[in-house]
Amino acid sequence: MIDEEEIDLLLNDLFDLYGYDFTSYSRASLKRRIVRLCSLDKFPSFAELRYHVKTDPTYLKRFVEEITVNVTEMFRDPSFYKSLRDDILPIFGTKPFIRIWHAGCSTGEEVFSMAILLKEANLLKKSLLYATDLNPSVLDNVRRGIFPLTQMKQYSESYISSGGINDFSTYYTANYGQAKFDRELSEKIIISTHNLVSDSSFNEFDLIVCRNVLIYFDKDLQDRVLKLFDASLGTLGYLALGTKETLKFSAVQNKFKQLNKEKIWKKIA
Amino acid sequence: MEEDRLETSCQLLVIGGSAGSLDVLFKLLPRLKAGLTFPIVVILHRRNSVESFLAELLASKTVLPTREVDDKDPVVPGNIYLAPADYHLLIEKNRTFSLDYSEKVNFSRPSIDVTFESASEIYGKALVALILSGANEDGTQGMLCIQKRGGRTIAQKPESAQMPFMPQNAISRGAVNYILDIEQMSTFINELT
Repeated sequence: MIDEEEIDLLLNDLFDLYGYDFTSYSRASLKRRIVRLCSLDKFPSFAELRYHVKTDPTYLKRFVEEITVNVTEMFRDPSFYKSLRDDILPIFGTKPFIRIWHAGCSTGEEVFSMAILLKEANLLKKSLLYATDLNPSVLDNVRRGIFPLTQMKQYSESYISSGGINDFSTYYTANYGQAKFDRELSEKIIISTHNLVSDSSFNEFDLIVCRNVLIYFDKDLQDRVLKLFDASLGTLGYLALGTKETLKFSAVQNKFKQLNKEKIWKKIA
Repeated sequence: MEEDRLETSCQLLVIGGSAGSLDVLFKLLPRLKAGLTFPIVVILHRRNSVESFLAELLASKTVLPTREVDDKDPVVPGNIYLAPADYHLLIEKNRTFSLDYSEKVNFSRPSIDVTFESASEIYGKALVALILSGANEDGTQGMLCIQKRGGRTIAQKPESAQMPFMPQNAISRGAVNYILDIEQMSTFINELT
């Protein structure tokens, strides 16, 4: 068993040596990830794990990748994407230019889902999708636009439930068990590392998508990040969160109005 | 040790179930008395395409306020909380819920083990766990962990379960203090303070 003090020491190392600040992450989840990694990588003791994190830059990379959760999928919660199609994109149609920020995008499945929606609404040409994450390695995946072919059946079903009418396989080329998504989609995706804990606002957006990222943060950090989103949204911009996340009881709740039963809020002040 | 257990108050009851457990809850929940002094957290394996009618369905069977958990909800005594589909459910030191969308555990998300282990870390011997019908190993590891920290563990009597594998697995692995049928479960829970 790893106790709280040991976790604190490790988190201090990460901040002092590398500037990664995990101290405001949800402790239960973070601790579970650390314990999991410690046993996955077969460290005989927690001290050993800590030593590797401190001294081995290659291991640090793996550590950060593994303690953050990088599980995501295309068109997860189809009704959410349907609402984007029906309620948000028509409004974007009147804009000369559309900027969307996928904050904490992980391996990029949601970014590509969005690019597909924009393409089908004939808006992709005037759109830019900013894909950011604190892990450089997951961003390589976004850059490649390659996903396991085995997932495509499920993604295709979700795509159809979201109101998609095309054959989903027209969006990728299958090869060696991999699906490489069209260049036309990835051309519009701008990729950069960005740490929601420590980095500031870098542009003004029409829509910020940050789903199932805030659940890993404690209440204070959630508030800070929501303020960052508020500062990064243009007037009447939209903010989309995960199905179990909310603006209720947050510092910015009065500046936003929830659109419908999907977790999409419109900035009103 | 046993003496210790009797003196410990229950601060949280966690219930895990898989295939065949919904029927058990439908029979068990109506028997629970109003004003229980501890919260109940229910982890059920279910298909994630199903919308959240399940919480309403469970709510209709009990006088205790019942809801599906949102991220960072406080864990309040006298309430029943249902783990949302497709998230792991964890509990923080300040007794709020955290959700987690990491890899499935025992092919399951929510995983019973994940919540049981997390709850035992926070509640220690003040935790009571109940494992119901199911065809999966989920829950056993969590019950072992709860026992190690002095909490009490109950399994549904396998003969009374539609799918006896899950409670039987916990029993065989020595993770269970009490083996009860539905009637006995309700008495046990109503007498917890």
